[in-house]
Amino acid sequence: MAIINMPALSPTMTEGKLARWLVKEGDTVSSGDVIAEIETDKALMEVEALDDGVMTSILVAEGTEGVAVGTAIAEILDEGEESALGGQPPVAAPKATPEPAARPATKEQVVKEASPPMSKPMPMPEKATAQPQAAQNGDKGDRVFASPLARRIAEQKGINLSHLKGTGPHGRIIKQDVENASPGMARTDTAKPRAMPADPSEQSTLIPVSTTRKVIASRLQQSMQDAPHFYLNMDIELDALLAARKAINSAQSDAAKVTINDLLIKCAAACLIKVPEVNSSWEGDYIRQWHHADIAVAVALEGGLVTPIVWQADQKSLTSVSGEVKALVQKAQEGRLKLEEFSGGSFTISNLGMFGISSFTAVINPPHGAILAIGAGREMPVVKDGAITTATMMTATLSCDHRVVDGAVGAKWMAEFKTIVENPMLALI
Amino acid sequence: MSDKSTYDLVVIGGGPGGYVAAIRASQLGLKVAVIERENMGGVCLNWGCIPTKALLRAAEIYHLAATADQFGITIGQLSFDPEKVVKRSRDVAATLSAGINHLMKKNKITVYAATAQLREKSGEDWQITLDKGDPIRARKVILATGARARHLPGITPDGENIVTYRDAMTPKTMPKHLIIIGSGAIGMEFASFYVDMGVKVTVVEAADRILPVEDHEISAMAEKAFMARGITIHKGAKLEQVNASKAPATGVKARVAIDGKTTELSADRLILAVGITANVENLGLEEAGVKLDRGHVVTDGFGQTNVKGIYAIGDMTGAPWLAHKASHEGVIAAEHIAGKSDGHTMKATDIPGCTYCRPQIASVGLTEKAALDAGYTLKIGRFPFRGNGKAIALGDDDGMVKTIFDQKTGELLGAHMIGPEVTELIQGYVVARQCEATEAELMQAVFPHPTLSEAMHESVLDAFDRVIHF
Repeated sequence: MAIINMPALSPTMTEGKLARWLVKEGDTVSSGDVIAEIETDKALMEVEALDDGVMTSILVAEGTEGVAVGTAIAEILDEGEESALGGQPPVAAPKATPEPAARPATKEQVVKEASPPMSKPMPMPEKATAQPQAAQNGDKGDRVFASPLARRIAEQKGINLSHLKGTGPHGRIIKQDVENASPGMARTDTAKPRAMPADPSEQSTLIPVSTTRKVIASRLQQSMQDAPHFYLNMDIELDALLAARKAINSAQSDAAKVTINDLLIKCAAACLIKVPEVNSSWEGDYIRQWHHADIAVAVALEGGLVTPIVWQADQKSLTSVSGEVKALVQKAQEGRLKLEEFSGGSFTISNLGMFGISSFTAVINPPHGAILAIGAGREMPVVKDGAITTATMMTATLSCDHRVVDGAVGAKWMAEFKTIVENPMLALI
Repeated sequence: MSDKSTYDLVVIGGGPGGYVAAIRASQLGLKVAVIERENMGGVCLNWGCIPTKALLRAAEIYHLAATADQFGITIGQLSFDPEKVVKRSRDVAATLSAGINHLMKKNKITVYAATAQLREKSGEDWQITLDKGDPIRARKVILATGARARHLPGITPDGENIVTYRDAMTPKTMPKHLIIIGSGAIGMEFASFYVDMGVKVTVVEAADRILPVEDHEISAMAEKAFMARGITIHKGAKLEQVNASKAPATGVKARVAIDGKTTELSADRLILAVGITANVENLGLEEAGVKLDRGHVVTDGFGQTNVKGIYAIGDMTGAPWLAHKASHEGVIAAEHIAGKSDGHTMKATDIPGCTYCRPQIASVGLTEKAALDAGYTLKIGRFPFRGNGKAIALGDDDGMVKTIFDQKTGELLGAHMIGPEVTELIQGYVVARQCEATEAELMQAVFPHPTLSEAMHESVLDAFDRVIHF
């Protein structure tokens, strides 16, 4: 079960326009499917489904402007699951009506009170509390330790338990903590004064380091210590690739639609075969040059990241790369990746474009010789043939291990990459 | 002054509050001493909880033997020896007191058999003088001197005709007729003991019901049960005067006003059980500046008095005057002193109360009236023991379990029980309250069959109209 909230597409974004729904109520969606497009002042971004299920409720109509970050915009339920919004399970999902915003008020349409006015005002439910948010936080997988009574009172008062600090044994949230909190309050500031003298543990929280975190720390530290990094930036026009994607997707079933990231993997794979010096690993007495482009994709997880690998991406069709990435991302998020699915590889792509990052430098993922950092696509003024026009531009940054890749080699690779991204037809050659 | 007689913590009073605080502090690495003027274990162990339970056990056995024919067992002529009954009670107390001394040794706690007084502060330390031996020094002090029987003005216990709990539990002879002033836990336990031993008992209570701190329904059921056992009860009765002659044989006369009508009760013994007075005198509290309120030491949730470094726990800090309250406060204070407090304090409504009369009475949390006064909308469940298989098999099915829930949140606001072994059962509800269980968890919990505890489950079910066996 998942309530889809208005995502924050950049650190400063507070609201956005729900440009388009790509699915209707009642549609089946799979993890990774693009379900909506969100427009900010900077860019048009895609929202992907994180779970498989049925789109049971679209809560914010297409074309609505000024939707606050965090507002519930839709709910996807798995078969038989109950709606956190008080709606029906998917089998009984209401049929989409032609004009969603004109629907009569139902309890399913729970909209946060804090939402700014929308172009088509949504009806206010009877209970305009912060409950949907509480339900959503309860699903994050972080277990909140709270007494049954505290849980019930929190539910009744619309208090998000994950924001409370417990004063019971081992930090358990007890009745008193909930009663001292006010609805929607992030943290109780009426916590009872401690009789013990202040010490640092009261001003901060110690978070135990997980095994995953330890592995990330040691590998990346080793990479920065051992591999002399240098960075190459390249501005690349995306319009041709966007057009290609549109053309490809128009011929694809919804489930098989490809993302820009899928296309970039294919482009990078082709370049790695063309410039094999970049597709290499430093092994002390030798440089190992790989025959295939085994491309790792950085996936952010709660509390860490993992880089599952699309093996032999150069040999695979775009749709099979796309399908594989979706499957790997889902497995990664569920913690079900097998060791061989994220160990080794020859090259990494890290994409922070969905967060609105314009460009960044990434740390090489050993034993790879390079990592490609992809920024957000932005519509910008460009000069073409002496005239100013606009184009969707992105900045790609290649971090290279200088032991393996020299500057000119890296630059050659980047030039190839720019050429193929800007002329995606070349990938057919 | 040598380092040897300087302690991290000195506990004044070796009762259930003091010795437990000392052990906990020692576990946490503090150098601890306890000063006790009489016997380790205090009133609880030597003159209260424990010896009275030994007496009540004798009364129970006598009662069971007397009713053995109901179980198909024939016992000949029954009799008892009061001296032996009292001796066993004293032996039990002595065994346990010796056990406390052993615990002190095991935990490397120094015990001073002395009377203590706080002296001036020297630097960070408190100086404590003892009536026997050299003074000692303490970084922190826990006062745990307990309480004694409260006296009524103009009525002086003489240890023969007019007695308090201490003499009441060591009778040399059984009176023919006994008057008990006060129907709290102490009064009713003595009433239960003496009536089982064949004494004619009259209870005089100033309030409009017996066991006034209990839920009114429990009071009413207890009254009915006691009257069925032949106890005379005068409620709303004001004791005006007590006359006792010097010669024991002539007994005691008590003038009592009931509904404005004066009656004279005569008996050959009278027990005063009208509450307790805190032991706050001659401790140097006034000189140290320790704040009192109506005779009790004022403390915060960790037992801290208004004077830095001085803590107080147990009976001397106020109601409820119960050993387990004192022990729990002792642990809280010791952990606070050792800097190991997790912030846990105790709420009065979380302290269970038990009365070991027959039928037994146990409760925790709010009474129905207190819950209504606090503004709650209630869900109330009741289950009688006559619907409980184990109780019927025991031949002891008088009584009930009453549970009170907040309709809105499902919080278990209070539980009130009267009947067989309820003093052993109440902790189920105590744990539920401490864990903040709602009716849902209590309903989902599996209660073993056949046990008396099933009545606890049924009472919860009844509050939500789901009772099975009634």
